[in-house]
Amino acid sequence: MQQYSGFGLLKHSLSHHENWQRVWRNPTPKKKYDVIIVGGGGHGLATAYYLAKEHNITNVAVIEKGYLGGGNTARNTTIVRSNYLWDEAAHLYEHAMKLWEGLSQDLNYNVMFSQRGCLNLGHTLQDMRDIERRVNANRLNGIDGEVLDAKQVNEIVPILDCSDNARYPVMGASWQPRAGVARHDAVAWGFARGADMRGVDLIQQTEVTDFIIEDGTVVGVKTDRYGDIKADRVGCVVAGHSSVMAAKAGFELPLESHPLQALVSEPIKPILDTVVMSNHVHGYASQSDKGDLVIGAGIDSYTGYGQRGSYPTIEHTVQAIVEMFPIFSRVRMNRQWGGIVDTCPDACPIISKTPVKNLFFNCGWGTGGFKATPGSGNVFAASLAKGEMHEIAEPFSMFRFHNGALIDEHGAAGVAH
Amino acid sequence: MFYIYCPYCGEHREEEEFHNHGQAHIERPLDPDSCTDEEWGNYMFFRKNPKGLHHEIWVHAVGCRKFFNVTRDTVTYEIKEVYKMGEQPKVVAK
Amino acid sequence: MSQKNRLQSGGRIDRSKPLTFTYNGKQYEGFAGDTLASALLANGVDLVGRSFKYSRPRGIVAAGAEEPNAIMQLGATEATQVPNVRATQQELFSGLVSGSTNGWPNVDMDIMGLVGKLGGKMMPPGFYYKTFMYPQSMWETYEKVIRQAAGLGRSPKEYDVDIYDKMNQHCDLMVVGAGPAGLMAALTAARGGARVIIADEQNEFGGNLLSSKETVDGKAAAAWVASVTKELEANENVIVLPRSTVNGYHDHNFLTIHQRMTEHLADRAPNGQIRARYHRVRAKWVVLATGAHERPLVFANNDVPGVMLAGAVSTYINRYGVVPGNELVLMTTNDNAYRTALDWHDAGRKVQAIVDTRKNPTGALVEAARERGITVMAGSAVIDVQGSKRVSGVSVASISEDGSKVTGSVKKLSADTVASSGGWSPVVHLSCHTGSRPQWNDEIIGFVPGKTVQKQLIAGAVSGNFTTSGALEQGHQAGAEALEKLGLKAADVAVPAAAEVKESKPMALFHIPHTKPTSQAPKQFVDYQNDVTASGIELACREGFESIEHVKRYTAMGFGTDQGKLGNINGMAIAAKFLNQSIPETGTTIFRPNYTPITFGAIAGRDCKELFDPERYSAMHKWHLENGAKFEDVGQWKRPWYFPKAGESMQEALNRECLATRESIGILDASTLGKIDIQGKDAREFLGRVYANAWAKLPVGRCRYGLMLKEDGMVFDDGVTSCLGENHFLMTTTSGGAATVLNWLEFYHQTEWPELEVYFTSVTDHWATMTISGPNSRKLLEELTDDDVSKENFKFMDWKPATVAGVPARVFRISFTGELSFEINVQANYGLHVWEKLFEHGAKYNLTPYGTETMHILRAEKGFIIAGQDTDGSVHPYDLGMGWAVSMNKPFSFIGKRGMQREDCVRADRKQMVGIKTIDPNIVLPEGAQGVFDPTASIPMPMVGHVTSSYWSANLGRSVALAFVKGGLDKMGEKVYYPLVDGRMVEAEICSPIFLDPKGERQNV
Repeated sequence: MQQYSGFGLLKHSLSHHENWQRVWRNPTPKKKYDVIIVGGGGHGLATAYYLAKEHNITNVAVIEKGYLGGGNTARNTTIVRSNYLWDEAAHLYEHAMKLWEGLSQDLNYNVMFSQRGCLNLGHTLQDMRDIERRVNANRLNGIDGEVLDAKQVNEIVPILDCSDNARYPVMGASWQPRAGVARHDAVAWGFARGADMRGVDLIQQTEVTDFIIEDGTVVGVKTDRYGDIKADRVGCVVAGHSSVMAAKAGFELPLESHPLQALVSEPIKPILDTVVMSNHVHGYASQSDKGDLVIGAGIDSYTGYGQRGSYPTIEHTVQAIVEMFPIFSRVRMNRQWGGIVDTCPDACPIISKTPVKNLFFNCGWGTGGFKATPGSGNVFAASLAKGEMHEIAEPFSMFRFHNGALIDEHGAAGVAH
Repeated sequence: MFYIYCPYCGEHREEEEFHNHGQAHIERPLDPDSCTDEEWGNYMFFRKNPKGLHHEIWVHAVGCRKFFNVTRDTVTYEIKEVYKMGEQPKVVAK
Repeated sequence: MSQKNRLQSGGRIDRSKPLTFTYNGKQYEGFAGDTLASALLANGVDLVGRSFKYSRPRGIVAAGAEEPNAIMQLGATEATQVPNVRATQQELFSGLVSGSTNGWPNVDMDIMGLVGKLGGKMMPPGFYYKTFMYPQSMWETYEKVIRQAAGLGRSPKEYDVDIYDKMNQHCDLMVVGAGPAGLMAALTAARGGARVIIADEQNEFGGNLLSSKETVDGKAAAAWVASVTKELEANENVIVLPRSTVNGYHDHNFLTIHQRMTEHLADRAPNGQIRARYHRVRAKWVVLATGAHERPLVFANNDVPGVMLAGAVSTYINRYGVVPGNELVLMTTNDNAYRTALDWHDAGRKVQAIVDTRKNPTGALVEAARERGITVMAGSAVIDVQGSKRVSGVSVASISEDGSKVTGSVKKLSADTVASSGGWSPVVHLSCHTGSRPQWNDEIIGFVPGKTVQKQLIAGAVSGNFTTSGALEQGHQAGAEALEKLGLKAADVAVPAAAEVKESKPMALFHIPHTKPTSQAPKQFVDYQNDVTASGIELACREGFESIEHVKRYTAMGFGTDQGKLGNINGMAIAAKFLNQSIPETGTTIFRPNYTPITFGAIAGRDCKELFDPERYSAMHKWHLENGAKFEDVGQWKRPWYFPKAGESMQEALNRECLATRESIGILDASTLGKIDIQGKDAREFLGRVYANAWAKLPVGRCRYGLMLKEDGMVFDDGVTSCLGENHFLMTTTSGGAATVLNWLEFYHQTEWPELEVYFTSVTDHWATMTISGPNSRKLLEELTDDDVSKENFKFMDWKPATVAGVPARVFRISFTGELSFEINVQANYGLHVWEKLFEHGAKYNLTPYGTETMHILRAEKGFIIAGQDTDGSVHPYDLGMGWAVSMNKPFSFIGKRGMQREDCVRADRKQMVGIKTIDPNIVLPEGAQGVFDPTASIPMPMVGHVTSSYWSANLGRSVALAFVKGGLDKMGEKVYYPLVDGRMVEAEICSPIFLDPKGERQNV
């Protein structure tokens, strides 16, 4: 196995980089696996990686209908934070955060996790109450966080308009210093390489067309390219397409797949060092190491599998950015795109057993999946390995939508008086 | 941005005048009190979320405030038909 | 400095209008009609930037939107800075200030270039994934260094001084591109009576015809363009938009156009004009006539300044009268590019050779070159370039018939300019925006627009038809087809004649071989802006990044501001060849909006600051302003928050307002509360279904408080609803929730219970609402009305019509403060009058205006909840201790009833709303503080619920708070602790949420 390092780069440069090994194999699948992961995005690949690394289960295949990391992993705005309100969500995302903090070294692949801090702005008194509530909860859960006033916010981000001229002036923010961004593609590739290295078969350009279910138990999958492949357990991690796969297995999920759009500016010289998010004004931004302002907002109202949304959503997002950062008015928008996010009614994921025995689903991450990638894979792997849900994953059962134990992370409802 | 025909106003209008209200033809159980938690949860939360033909509700929010049904392809985003509340779709998935 | 490369005559520039401009601090001269790029070339400026990764010197390559190198910083003042402007698209104006965006200390002498030279070998694609990992703690430091190199231009640091506009447009036909095809399509459709919009990114219409020597309809092409443009401009059904880029094509034929109104005139829009206008177009049909971009060839050191696209060289000569060098070597895979050598030769400069990769080029243009005595080296290629800041020579060698390897010896030619052409790539970008995949066409060696569900036609070069005559013909056809689809009559339009040039077959070649293998050859650039090389693409494939999307992401190919307009096809072809696949098998990446970058300000338009979201004011807003109110944003409303007197702190003001209300009278502007008028014979039944409590027996003249729940049983709004008549009710909602509630009512009525006869009308803005509250409130009201508002005849929770201050009013005896209270509603237009009358008469009672904050304190003293502050969508009425507001025995299973009985909703240890008294009465807990039962527990500490409302109560002389506590309703008198952010651990006691007047006597004084 080739180890990556600066020295390795030097060595390979002497042979004109002709001798780099493949990052992963292109294997023909076996007839049977202990575990099949459907979906080769970040979460699926992380699941495979941790199955191999932490549970020594290496007879694993990841089956991906397109290319590795080609779905939402390739399309998100790369924000990583763990400042969630409710204990269940906070534990899950903080579990991920701790894994992020050593991930490049663990994978021997630089995922460029950059803890430049994240501000969640408050523009109303209710925003500030919610921020206070969330930060207090975070701190008691061992998650870093501070409540800042407008002046402190302005000191961290001088280019943010914190004046009273704004339609909704900034009143303050929550500040998570350990939050940040990561290089999204590298996350998928790093997990893929680590999984492959440990014997996991990564099967690309192969679509799982159906599950093979006998007496209510899944025993394998059907594929378009390699026919039937057997498995003891199947984990389905297909994000926006989860409902489509669930329908094949004969059940519905509490999900809707919505377009989520994002955009980038042209690359400009570094000017924004932290992540700045505003739920009230509906926009957020950070600046990548290449210089692009990476900008996003909320989902489109309708469901859609087209990887594109409606123009007014982009328009409102840009308005929000210019409202927050008036100096960006003459900066130019380069590109926009869309992903398909599977949203849950309580804005929390589903990591769960299903009505089909040995078939597990990991989905419903909505707009917040990227930041959870290592944590999601880690607890899902543990659950698949044991056949029982990991304790952090337990509250995220799909059956909470029957008994009512929802974990509402929409934030406190924004109405007042 | 969609261009949506409001069957009540009888005109095409920009998507900005409308709001999407999710899957159509979900009926509130007539006797909620006799529903199990599972049945009630299914009614409230579980959805078809199809890839392809989808019957959904839109409301002409800043127009006539009427709710109506739309059959739309969720991949191509083509609107195949628009029909009023209480009516059934003519374009259905095979 | 003289314009050494400017021809004495020719071109579309106006030599009588010289313009001065600066580039990197130095002054130059150009002419009206120049672009910044043509003016720089005229002045012999070779260097326009340094490359992103290797810091290599770069020059101008193209003449349009596809330019990857000449990316400039523009702006004479801080507020008018614009980053990343393509010099090839920026029209020259007098006083233009420009600079290159990279290079330190400057573009000519760049230290980073040295690093690039030395370290370049260490920086293959994805090198950063393989290093900078150890030790872990060093990444932040490494990243700081990496970040130093980020970006091209810079953001302004001051606010934009210009304004931007938007227009919504509807048309029958949107024609994108005003070259020969677009012009013909527009002309045909316009003559047929269609409403047409035609837009082109350039300053004048004509597309490629502007830089050609062709004739159309027997006259110079430009003359034909002018006559057609004139006709279109004269047609009132046609909107003609030059300098307008159609940058996005969205679903249902919605397109966006970015029209640059003043960027060609000055830095800052003159005379308060708008800088750019954004058109949002809904088109019945669309004709894409977007043309094609020339593909450069990929060869060693093909980025040395002086290496250009063949077509661009012709454009500079023919359109701008600029010959960007002295000695030209042209390398081509096709006949078309021979024109460039002819143009160069005809301009009087030397063509060293035409290097044609084909064995036996024949066509008419080839002959024309030979006739001029130009050397044609067939079956050969320029395999390398000499020079660093300008081409000084080239290496030419013969290559194999398939172009895969060098077969002959290397011959050196002197040259300062290399023009290359690998053929033309249709501009399929817009056709991809709505998800259509482009199709490979072997015949034209390029991708053409694929199948689409949009109402879209294509014409001209975008369809792969690269001849002028073909474009004219296809444009006409598209216009005619559009007329037919639109149901309009066919128009009588003759297709003008253009010369047919016989061309021989082009060769499909994307990557010029070198004597060394690609990995060892000098860098062969595919994507200039991101420094992606052929060997980089091969390395990506070698490492297993085989999907074209992986190649793109690993190498960053196509991620630049040019979005791969020049490089993508070459890159795909190089990957395909390395992977032994065909190009269609390898596929293409998908182009997304924008076609070219768009100013954020133009997208935002005027919808920022006060227009970001409408501001709503009550009828008494003016009074509030005059009386020094501080405002709070509640939904879109500006509500008075508190009314400080001079020198008063916020807390002092609140104390005064609170005491005045409980001692005498306070007044609140409550106009923002949502008000919904509900009528119909089934209105009462409907209310019973959407509220948790019973409405069947509410008599006319009475009011009732109700909780509105979602199907899951959780509270989402509340308010008082009054019975105005047997079939007529007035519902009030929270200020922020009014629209949501109205929508909710309509939704249930229209989709679930259409059989109920009930009508909803929002009347929020129709009424001004003022609440007088306090023991003297009746006295005040009686002074202003002759109606009977006595204790006996106007009871708590009654309402009655009355005349107040001479104005018809509805008066409600309801109370959110616990005091005797009257809510006076009058038509909004009378609001200020009545409000002022109240003050006139109220002075003697010390009538005190108060805002939302005092309202919050007063209601919290009484334990009244505020939906949205004390609820968060996860609490049902029983959690709030408000079971009294639920009627489980109603015949209809109201919304929320079933939901609140689910397993998790009936748990004993749910968080329940209680009152909280801090043991130290002076401590006011922060709202949002989290409670714990065990103050000694270690982190993560088990939390039992948070403080939702917390205030200093001047009336009680202590703090009061409302909070959720697990199982709190059974824990009265028990302790709960609040560990605060500042390190304090506040001890508190759980108590009833009703802190004041538990028997409710005050409201009946």
